[in-house]
Amino acid sequence: MRLTGAQALIKSLEMQGVEVMFGLPGGAILPVYDPIIDSSIRHVLVRHEQGAGHMAEGYAHVTGRPGVAMVTSGPGATNIVTPLADAYMDSIPLVVVTGQVATSLIGTDGFQESDITGITMGITKHNWLVTDAADIPRVVAEAFHVATTGRPGPVLVDLPKDVANAEMEWYSPGPDDLDLPGYRPVLEGDPAAVKKAAELVLAAERPVIYAGGGVLKARGADALRELAERTGVPVVTTLMARGAFPDSHPLCLGMPGMHGNYTAVTAMQRADLLLALGSRFDDRVTGRVDAFAPDATVVHVDIDPAELNKIRRADVAIAGDCRIVTEALLAALEALGLPHSASTRAPGGGSPADAPAGAEALAGTPAAALPRSRLAPWRAQLSEWQERHPLVYDRSPEGSANGLKPQFVLETLRDATPDDTIVVSGVGQHQMFASQWWRFDHPYTWVNSGGLGTMGFAVPASIGAKVGRPDRMVWAVDGDGCFQMTAQELVTASAERIPVKVAILNNAYLGMVRQWQEMFYEERYSEVYLSPDLPDYVRWAEAMGCVGLRVESPDEVGPAIDKANDVDDRPVVIDFRTDAFEKVFPMVPAGASNDDIVVDPAQQEGGR
Amino acid sequence: MPAFGTDKRHHTLTVLVENKAGVLARVAGLFSRRGYNIYSLAVAPSDDVRFSRITIVVDVESAPLEQVVKQLDKLVPVVSITELDPASARERELLLATIEAGESERGQVIQLVNVFEGKIVDVGTDRLTVMVAGAPTKLDDFEDLVRGYGIVELQRTGRVALPKLVRSAARTPASLSDRPRAFGGSDHDHDPDSTETEKAG
Ligand SMILES: Cc1ncc(C[n+]2csc(CCOP(=O)(O)OP(=O)(O)O)c2C)c(N)n1
Ligand SMILES: [Mg+2]
Repeated sequence: MRLTGAQALIKSLEMQGVEVMFGLPGGAILPVYDPIIDSSIRHVLVRHEQGAGHMAEGYAHVTGRPGVAMVTSGPGATNIVTPLADAYMDSIPLVVVTGQVATSLIGTDGFQESDITGITMGITKHNWLVTDAADIPRVVAEAFHVATTGRPGPVLVDLPKDVANAEMEWYSPGPDDLDLPGYRPVLEGDPAAVKKAAELVLAAERPVIYAGGGVLKARGADALRELAERTGVPVVTTLMARGAFPDSHPLCLGMPGMHGNYTAVTAMQRADLLLALGSRFDDRVTGRVDAFAPDATVVHVDIDPAELNKIRRADVAIAGDCRIVTEALLAALEALGLPHSASTRAPGGGSPADAPAGAEALAGTPAAALPRSRLAPWRAQLSEWQERHPLVYDRSPEGSANGLKPQFVLETLRDATPDDTIVVSGVGQHQMFASQWWRFDHPYTWVNSGGLGTMGFAVPASIGAKVGRPDRMVWAVDGDGCFQMTAQELVTASAERIPVKVAILNNAYLGMVRQWQEMFYEERYSEVYLSPDLPDYVRWAEAMGCVGLRVESPDEVGPAIDKANDVDDRPVVIDFRTDAFEKVFPMVPAGASNDDIVVDPAQQEGGR
Repeated sequence: MPAFGTDKRHHTLTVLVENKAGVLARVAGLFSRRGYNIYSLAVAPSDDVRFSRITIVVDVESAPLEQVVKQLDKLVPVVSITELDPASARERELLLATIEAGESERGQVIQLVNVFEGKIVDVGTDRLTVMVAGAPTKLDDFEDLVRGYGIVELQRTGRVALPKLVRSAARTPASLSDRPRAFGGSDHDHDPDSTETEKAG
């Protein structure tokens, strides 16, 4: 069968099971847009290519399937650089197809030429410049394989216009056609190392499981839960792992790190064993590295061998898939005498489609019923910290005199939405408040930009998430600054009838930066003020085809959310006017040791 | 002061890569992006047309060798990496130099080239172009010795290396393993070329 390169590309995407792609056409990619008309693939037409990339990320986050985006050469390609960098940092599988000028023009500064494979070399897992139409089926198969296996990540396929127009003889590539002699992800952990890890777990007195985003990537939430429950080891979930272990579980300590809660941070500092599963000792978690978890023996499990010993030397380093290694660890623990579980093991790897029910029931599990009573003193210590330093905010009526408390808005939103609601956040104070105050009891319900910290992520990523999981309610929790970066994608959402909901925590500031200027630059506020009503968010929302609501007092919060929850034929935006001077606590100042965590002023005793 | 021949801070990585466009840029880009220093780099086709061999001498003080190797290994077109520390490698490099050699000095320069088992590759009125191949330390010594005559131009290729062979029959021969090797080599073997360097120095 003779096909053009363009037809072969679309056919290849169809054969990969692609159901939806996000993009925007232009000159160099024109040939590929023609066969889209006849394709089964849904194409979502974005208003800016950055939106296409973040939508693909949101889609991938919640479905576990690769997100696909397609853009033209030059400015189209450079507009999608930020999402590629974002996906690279957070290990999100993306396949981005860019148009390119004809091969005869490459290197001549042709119209809309940019060296996108060169530009994205350091922010993709791999990229390809296709120079022969006959290579297209193979390259697309390789691209999906590389994006989704091992440590997932974004890949880019650059397709020159003449290659898209050229004819080729179609073939469907089998596994043997992949030409990747240097690509061999490791999945199974070394059994000797796993056994050593099991011995350490059984000997530890103050163990902590430090769960990272790799647990979710590996579909390992069920395995993690079984490990925690059967060993009694408490779990911290990093910003990328929120939902990988239920927040309402008695063994869950919540989020560690710069804005983590006191107990999660301090438990790691005092731990004698850190079991790092798919986490990477990010500086936002460790604080000053040489003062991080000083007493801990470290077991580090990661699918990317380069993460092992990169920041913190591991006593036991295990390269492998988090789910497979966690299951092997359980088997090794059983071999060493850990009693068999009474409950039957949950089948599968915790796919997002069958998020575990019954987190509520677990919340009632008496701590005494948990195994490993040897850990009782450690658990008592953790409970004492939890009681002494819970997350707090000023709930008094005077507290909201200067605007709504963002924490109050989030608590109300959390309690007024289904348990499995997907929350997508931007970057800043609102992101930290959302992570702190939501209760994540299901995997794949939290979508955010962790590693790159990309303002403007929330609106498009929430649209991608809703496309991937139309059965779920999707709320974006956004900042006023972030919203202004990518709000135009709500036009896309309206046009495509993708009913996402956006809560803007409008504090009239680039709040996170303002907080740092208040705390570390003597309240010298430099270029952080945005204004609460310029733009007018309600009228802007309405102009984009959304329902727009404004909330200024605490008693309006609940009713406005109820109203938003009832809308299911278009997007909704709520402009919550929040307290401009609220700060995120606890906080470990940049470069400080986690021991110097600053708690909310209400909890500070004498000085700090 | 030798440039880098004997320095223990340098390790040699022999990297087998797919013979595809842009692979050298990926390798070089990785080093610059992650702040790893390269002392020398040599690229050549391998015995298999699908692959090329890149020999990189890295400064192991700019980054732990383990990280360098693992990050390199993550590049999709990197097929295998062999890591050699100076003590367990036979390293060779080629030097070409044009040297001032007027009538009165010409004989001395030629003598020096002979001691280093080099060759005269071009002869001008008062200059010679010479070629010396050998261990990097040996080339450092040669460079030092001819400097006095006046170096007009000098180029070195960057080194290539293979593992030292083990001589004891009881031991399995060191092989070109696909994976990075552990540190340390046999200590009872002996580099004929280094001995000559000592003689010359
Ligand atoms: C694209 C981008 N530019 C700049 C920053 C630096 N930055 C981090 S948080 C922040 C403020 C975000 O403001 P807003 O969206 O209003 O959120 P808030 O902190 O007020 O909740 C800024 C400017 C960033 N993370 N991303
Ligand atoms: Mg703000």
